[in-house]
Order: sequence, then C-alpha cells, then structure tokens
Amino acid sequence: MSDAKPGALSFEEAMRELEGVVQQLDSGDVPLDQSIRLYERGAALRERCEALLKDAEMKVEKIRADADGRADGTEPLDG
Amino acid sequence: MDLIDDEGGPAVGGDNAHAFSVSELSGAVKRALEDGFGRVRVRGEVGRVFAARSGHLYFDLKDDRAVVAAVAWKGQAARLAHRPEEGMEVVVTGRMTTFGSQSKYQIVVDDVRPAGAGALMAQLEARRRKLAADGLFDPARKRAVPFLPRTIGVVTSPGGAVIRDILHRVADRFPRRVLVWPVAVQGRGSAEEVAAAIGGFDAMTGPSRPDVLIVARGGGSIEDLWGFNEEVVVRAAAACNIPLISAVGHETDTTLIDHAADLRAPTPTAAAEAAVPVRAELLAGVRQLDARLIRAGAEAVRGRRQRVRDLARALPRPETLTEGPRQRLDLAAERLPGALRGGTARRRLALERLAGALRPRLLSAGIAAQRTRLGEAGRRLEEGARRAADARRERTKAQGDRAAAALGRAARAARRGFEERAGRLRADALLRGARDARGRLGTAQAAFAAAAGRDHDRRRRAVDRLRALNEALGYRNTLRRGYAVVRGPGGVLTHAGPARAAARLQIEFQDGEMAAVPEDAPARPARRARPKPGPDDQGTLF
Repeated sequence: MSDAKPGALSFEEAMRELEGVVQQLDSGDVPLDQSIRLYERGAALRERCEALLKDAEMKVEKIRADADGRADGTEPLDG
Repeated sequence: MDLIDDEGGPAVGGDNAHAFSVSELSGAVKRALEDGFGRVRVRGEVGRVFAARSGHLYFDLKDDRAVVAAVAWKGQAARLAHRPEEGMEVVVTGRMTTFGSQSKYQIVVDDVRPAGAGALMAQLEARRRKLAADGLFDPARKRAVPFLPRTIGVVTSPGGAVIRDILHRVADRFPRRVLVWPVAVQGRGSAEEVAAAIGGFDAMTGPSRPDVLIVARGGGSIEDLWGFNEEVVVRAAAACNIPLISAVGHETDTTLIDHAADLRAPTPTAAAEAAVPVRAELLAGVRQLDARLIRAGAEAVRGRRQRVRDLARALPRPETLTEGPRQRLDLAAERLPGALRGGTARRRLALERLAGALRPRLLSAGIAAQRTRLGEAGRRLEEGARRAADARRERTKAQGDRAAAALGRAARAARRGFEERAGRLRADALLRGARDARGRLGTAQAAFAAAAGRDHDRRRRAVDRLRALNEALGYRNTLRRGYAVVRGPGGVLTHAGPARAAARLQIEFQDGEMAAVPEDAPARPARRARPKPGPDDQGTLF
C-alpha cells in the first residue's frame, strides 16, 4: 500500500493501486485491521479515480506563435 | 558555329581572321549558350553537393560519361521541394549560363525533382539508413504514451479533416484539453514548420505543456507527404521530450517521422484513440473495482465472523474444563484423612522409638549410677573426714607430746636449775615459767579447735551440695513429674513381664507409696474361672 495521498496520484497510478488493493482484499489472507485500512485506502483511490474521470471537459485551443516560432498564447480553434 | 558561319570560308586559322579578345569570346559564348539553350530540363545523378555559407547550393549533375555543374541560388535553394542529395537521380530545371570570368558553364537550377517514384524511394531509403545510423530510430529511445494525458498537443493543419477527426474522437473517448499548433502539412516550408511546432511544444513549460503530441496529416501522394520524410522533421521528432504519436497519410504510407515517433498510428483517428482511453470504460472499470472492494471488504469481515462462530462452537464446554481437576481433587480429598492417619502413625512410631530409649529403666540406671557415685563420694567423704580427723589428732598428739616433752625438758631444766640453785633460786621464777608454758599450750589448743571446726563446716557444706545434687538427679524429682516407681518383691520393676509375674506390687508416687495387685497376675485366671459356671448344668462337671 503506497503512502501517497490519493489526491496527488495520476489516474493511472490511482487505478493501478486500486486494482492492487482489491486483489489483496480478494485474496482474503490480509489481517483484519490491515484489511480495514486497505478498504479505506481503496475507497479513497476510487474517489480519486472518479474525480479524475468526472472533470473530463473538452477544450480546444490553437497555439499563437510569436515571431521566433515560440508559443505565445492560445486562441480558440474555430477553423 | 555562328562565328564560323559568320566569317564564312575555309580561312580557318588564316591571318586575316578576326581576332577576339578573351572577354569578347567569353561574352560571345555566354550569349550563344544562353540564347541557344535557354531553359533546360536535365536528368542525371547528383554528384558532390556543397552548401555554401552564403546559402547558395552547388552540386554536380552527372551521368556515366559527363558532368555538368549546377547551382541553386540562395532564394531558390530555400524553395526547392527536394534538396539534392548525393546519389539522387533527379530531373533539374533551370537555365544554362556561363560563369563568365572562368568561361565555365553551369545550370542555374530553380527546381529539383526526383527522377520518378523509384528514385524517390531510393532516396528515402538512403536517408532512412543515414538517420538510423545516427540512432534516431533506436527502439530504446521510445517512451510510453501516457495513459491519460491532461493536454494533447496536435501538430497539423488547422483547417483540414484531420483535426476534425482527432477532436471528434478525443471528445468521444475522453474529453481533454487539446492544443493545436497550426502548420502547413505540404508544400515548401512545410517540413520546417512541422519541426518548429514540435520543438515549440517541447519548449513549453507550465500546466499547458502537452503530455502527448500528435503529428498528423491526411492521405496524399508520396510527394504530398514528403515533408514528413525530411531530416529536420525526423530530428525534431526524435529530440522531442514529449511522447509523440505520428499519424501521417493512410495506413499503408510510411514516412520517416513514423520511425522516430514513440508510437506510429495508422490514421489520425487511431492517433486520438492511442492518446486517450475511453472514459466510459474507465468509469465502468472503477465501479467494478469499487464493487469488488466493497464485496471484499465485507467478505473480510463476514469470513472472520464465520470463523469466530466456528471456533466458538469448537470451544469445549466450561464444565469439561474443570472435570479433570475436579476428579483429581476428589481423589486427593479421599486420600487426605488416610494420609493424616498414616502421617500420625508414622510420627507415633518415630516417637515410640525415641520413647523406648527413654524408658524408666534407663532413668533408673542413670539414677543407680548417680547413687553409686554418690555413695562413693559419701564414702570418700567419710574416709577423708576420718583421715583428716586422724591426722589432726596425730598432729595434735604430736604437738601435745612435743609440748609435754618440751615441758618435761623445761621442767627438768628448771628442776636442774632449781636444784642447782635450790637455795638461791626463788620459787616465783619457777611459777612464772610454768605459767607461761600453760598459756602457750592453751593458745595452741584453741587454734586447733578453731581449725578443726572450720574444716568440718566446709565438708558439711560439700555434703549438703552433694545431697541436693543427688536429689535433683534422683528419681524422686521424676516422681513429681508423674512417674511412679513400681517395686516387686525383688526390687524395682522396669519390665511388664516381671510385673505381671509379681503377686503384689508396691508403687511409689511422689507423696507416698501404695500397694497394688496386677490384674493379670499369674494366679488370677483361676480366680476368674470361679464365677463362670452360671445356671446351666455344666458347672457340675467340675
């Protein structure tokens, strides 16, 4: 079980850890107090995953480049 | 030719022939060349290429028999659709001209095209090998495309169907932020634009920096896609630190950027699919995991509860726990009185063994010994006293004798003196002498009596002490403690046998004696038999 705060994990990390937690719990050979901690951790990871999945919002912009060809801000893509 | 025609005649090398200056000749040749050929298309293999710092590009064009020099001036060189590379089979278009001062001629090139598709592919292959040799296509360089990027950078034309496809597919799967870097995807300058866009994205910092790049272009001819084979694009893609997905042309088209990209997608739509997962599937996956989590969590508790129940059932009844000890206690309790009796008996046995040693016989033996010693001491005392008295008497007698003798001697001396001096000696002197002697005798007798008296007292006290000791050690004190002395006719009895045999016993207590007859004295059975006959007739038998 990782000690990282679920809020700091990427979706992939949170998902992978959640899978690990469920697998451990499924195996059934985890001590009871640890299984409770695992469950709480799993619930937090699930929330993190859902939150990451929920704020999926499309935003499309076009890069505005300066004279040197560097990105110099964005503008909506409307072409 | 014109020159010869103009001059006419056979006077070649003749004296009257017109003599050109070098410059005139050079200029005339230049004009003839430029006018006679104008624009030409020449097919040949590119030989040595030299890109000057000035921006002009010089190269040779050759076939198996001849070589002609070619030059692309700076402006034209930048606009060439294909830069000439050594070994490339090309068709160049340009004007013939002379390099005036040197009298050399060359083609000023304004277009270079690969000589046919085969040649183009050969060029592509040569370039691919070169870049591969530089390690740009090394599989070890390839990074994994992130699972769920926050921002997707897209390098493509902003107005084509390609960006529409990508945006549509991204929105379908997992809406994300998309940054589009608009570029020309074909034609002159396209390769440089694409390379700059890739580098531009890579140079971005902060939250808007994309997590993944898609470099995309729709299908087209090999010439249309050629920009994505350019070295500058391939190098930019290889140098990019952001994972890059290439999607150029259709599935069957392969450009060099595909080799340098971290992932090659067959189409722009496929690139969008590779860039983002399907949100709905992820949600379903998370929910499924959540369900398993809840189930597993509940199962963890339920399973343990069941085990506790099972174990509780397997626990022995409390009564059975005490049965064994209870039985042991019962056995022990039963044996307890016996043990006490046994212990007492054992102790009594031990006591009796000791008491046996303490029999009165032993005591009386001690007493007898003491008595013997006492009698001995008494005898010695008497003897001592007698001997002392005898000694005194003898000493007194000797003193008396000596005194008498001395008296006699003194009397004889006095008589002799008296007789000698009978007449002249006075009687009072004699009387005085006799008086003195009598006085000394009296003193000696008194001293003797006192000494004898003192000695006698000391001995009496010793006798008293011995008597007291005798009493302490004697059996009478023992009588005070509850013992009694049994005497038979033959004296003290210390055994039951003789006592039984005795007709009469004399028992001495501390305060006196009494007579007793033992019940089981030998004569008794006969006496006891007498009242026995009773009323029945058997008595008559005796």
